[in-house]
Amino acid sequence: MKNSRRDFIRISALGLGGVALGVGSIRWAGATTLLDGEDGVPDAGMQRYPTFCEVCFWKCAGWTYTDGQGRITKILGNADDPHCNGRLCPRGTGGVGMYYDEDRLKWPLIRVPGAEGDTFRRASWEEALDLVARRLKEISAKHGHESVALFNHGSAGHHLSTLLNAMGSDNIAAPSYAQCRGPREVGFLGTFGASVGSPEPTDIRDTRCLVLIGSHLGENMHNGQVQEMADAIDRGATIITVDPRFSTVASKSRFWLPIKPATDLALLLAWIHVLIYEERYDKDYVARYTEGFDQLREHVKAMTPEWAYGITTITPEQIRETARAMADASPAVIVHPGRHVTWYGDDTQRSRAIAILNALLGSWGRRGGFYFKTAPKIPHFPMPEFPSPRWTWKDKLNGRYPLADLAVSNVLVEASIAEEQTDDKVVKAWIVAGTNLPLTMPDKEQLIRAFDSLEFVVVVDTMPMEITGYADVILPECTYLERYDELRDSPHREPWVALRMPATEPRWETRPAWWIAKQLGDRMGLKAWFNYSDYTEVLDWQLRQLGSSLEEMQQKGMMKLERASGTLYLEEGQDFAFNTPSGKIEFYSHMFEAAGFDPMPVFTAHPQPPDGYYRLIYGRAPMHTFSRTANNPNLTDLMEENNVWVNPKTARVWGLRNGQEVYLKNQDEVVSSFPVKVRVTERIRWDSVYIVHGFGHSNKWLSRAFGKGLNDSELITNVMVDPIMGGTGMRGNFVTFVTEDLGKEAEA
Amino acid sequence: MRYAMAIDTRKCVGCSDCVVACQTENNVPVGYCRDWITETVDGTYPHVELELRSERCNHCDNAPCVRCCPTGASHIVEGGVVLVTHNECIGCGACIQSCPYDARYSHPEGYVDKCTFCIHRVREGQKPACVEVCPTKCMYFGDLDDPNSEISVALRNRKFKDLAPEAGTKPQIFYLI
Repeated sequence: MKNSRRDFIRISALGLGGVALGVGSIRWAGATTLLDGEDGVPDAGMQRYPTFCEVCFWKCAGWTYTDGQGRITKILGNADDPHCNGRLCPRGTGGVGMYYDEDRLKWPLIRVPGAEGDTFRRASWEEALDLVARRLKEISAKHGHESVALFNHGSAGHHLSTLLNAMGSDNIAAPSYAQCRGPREVGFLGTFGASVGSPEPTDIRDTRCLVLIGSHLGENMHNGQVQEMADAIDRGATIITVDPRFSTVASKSRFWLPIKPATDLALLLAWIHVLIYEERYDKDYVARYTEGFDQLREHVKAMTPEWAYGITTITPEQIRETARAMADASPAVIVHPGRHVTWYGDDTQRSRAIAILNALLGSWGRRGGFYFKTAPKIPHFPMPEFPSPRWTWKDKLNGRYPLADLAVSNVLVEASIAEEQTDDKVVKAWIVAGTNLPLTMPDKEQLIRAFDSLEFVVVVDTMPMEITGYADVILPECTYLERYDELRDSPHREPWVALRMPATEPRWETRPAWWIAKQLGDRMGLKAWFNYSDYTEVLDWQLRQLGSSLEEMQQKGMMKLERASGTLYLEEGQDFAFNTPSGKIEFYSHMFEAAGFDPMPVFTAHPQPPDGYYRLIYGRAPMHTFSRTANNPNLTDLMEENNVWVNPKTARVWGLRNGQEVYLKNQDEVVSSFPVKVRVTERIRWDSVYIVHGFGHSNKWLSRAFGKGLNDSELITNVMVDPIMGGTGMRGNFVTFVTEDLGKEAEA
Repeated sequence: MRYAMAIDTRKCVGCSDCVVACQTENNVPVGYCRDWITETVDGTYPHVELELRSERCNHCDNAPCVRCCPTGASHIVEGGVVLVTHNECIGCGACIQSCPYDARYSHPEGYVDKCTFCIHRVREGQKPACVEVCPTKCMYFGDLDDPNSEISVALRNRKFKDLAPEAGTKPQIFYLI
């Protein structure tokens, strides 16, 4: 960090407006004191506007309610929406807090270098946009259009992607691929010729057996899935949960397998063994739709439950019993692909094993297994073709990650470190929208090297997340409750389109991302790709092509289209061509073999923690979405910090008490910036500790989140990269406790 | 008519949606709540049990908070719903002390506040906000005197318990186990 060209700016030199609010000082609908003690306002007395949620990626459709004064009071789910069925999750309900958060970015800010460290100064939109457009044009002219990269998550990314594509760069990455769900997409692609996508096409509604491998549904509030899981519990479906932690869903499962961490693949292979050698697989399905069964049978011959017992600590009886439970439910069984699956660097192969297991059970394309999803086809607003980039992120792979089908964010970070490049394909400028890279990417050191090397960084966000501290220019986006966005076109059982419209004017000087992208485009000579004065023109044009209109959708919020092709499930005896090299479901993957990887998954042992160290396992809490909600007043109210979960046996060894503050130190001697409170609980294995991701914010502008809890990302310095698709395995880090008070000052 | 609520502990994931939905529905200031989640862990790894409960005012049949209220602000309306009239409440806090469920709090504006069963919604034929929002549909609300109400059906078909029965308050929140 010393002598860094791009110092992280952490002090609000200009009084950004980050006034710490006392408890109870936020009221959004004024006090109403009625005589008999009832105090809510009936829905009928309010105005409502359609939206879809932006607090997480599930994008549930809902209604934003405003009172007689036009103030936002609450957000309710849209009953038509299959993502939420009229019920938002706590984050969606608490989305009002995103709007009312006084710590929001309020106006454009421009970095001012100083001898005592850099600061930000307030700027007009005119000045900020002119500066960004000029710098991007300069860098583009000097280093090529491709030298501008975009990191994004969420709706802002769409508009800014158009800008980048119009410029002639396709260096656009979302950490949701290589830091999250990429491995499963490739694993399923290699097996079924189709990736999983979001929302996952899991037919939990009709399942008789749901198998979760480290997936903690209910703590990750993937709304529709959690709802369907609760229905499945009602119907008496069998749930099998594999997790070293007694997760919420483990407590609701018929079988909880408290596996030794990092050994899941052995369990999966043993399950495959049992299904095959006890002849419990779906024989008709396997015969009709699959290829490579004999090779698979031979491959798993020695991978018996007894073999797996010595690796996983799950008894052979438990392995057989659970395999039989799956077979009994077949084909209405789901071995869930999971979501955040970048764990140990062999994650694509673990996902392959999950896919193979599903194929043996005949669950892909079957009721109660996986349905064939369908997405609404929304016509593209007319615009010229994008220019072809001279190079893309693919050219920076240099033979690595041959099966990566989406941009690998870590590769773009590498490509931004000028002195490490062997060619002239160098990233020089970043636009970062809606993703807080310092808490999202592992290997912070590499990230800092990139920041030091970059010529220009612009951040578009609603909140002063840590990433804004590295920006040259910050452009404040308004929240989803204050803007139009592109229509939601997520896939589901039926194709539904959802509209997001503002319920109120943007607060302060914040602006929608579509406006920001267009303003930049107009200034950069790219007007042809932003051929409208207001985004409502685009929406109305698209909706009219679909037989509706903006006006109608402003009332209805959603519309259902006809399924474009195919059926929800395979018909009895239907012939089906899978999009794999063989046209069949591939137990033996030709795609993997051709790329030089094991055509069938092979178990590799991963390191276990040394004496006195514990595996760092991280996860989700239902009321937060990673780090982005950590300052939301409503959601902080539900959970303001994370705790480190420690098994009582481990706590006894260290003399740890409940509520005691400790620092964590990892295998590379990295010590957490902040202490974290200990939670002594039987819900975690003795060889692991658990922490909810997204806390330990170091930016003081986040008045509620600053210094609350611990940031697990900074302890993830051992990154095991998946050679198949570039995913960053993050579960191989081991931590120990530092019980003395280090009194460390927060670093970026 | 007797309004009551049943909460299915087998389905509740403790997400706290009920808490935030109550806050936004009823103008409960941030930092306060009328309902909350309780987590109980039993056993030793790997033989562990977990119970998650959404808790709130029990709208007791024998409500100590109503009996001890010196001004009559705490009172009972139709369906046995216990309410507090804000401008009759002097904020003495006797009710807070008398409640075995810790269901009441002092509102920053000086009166004592708690769950109303969203009576303003119930009177309009809707369910309480917490019931309506719950992603797991683990909450049942209705009239115990109606044998066909969803709560009567739930209590007929499942084992259930209530909290602090030793307090003798005859609580009207039931937990399906």
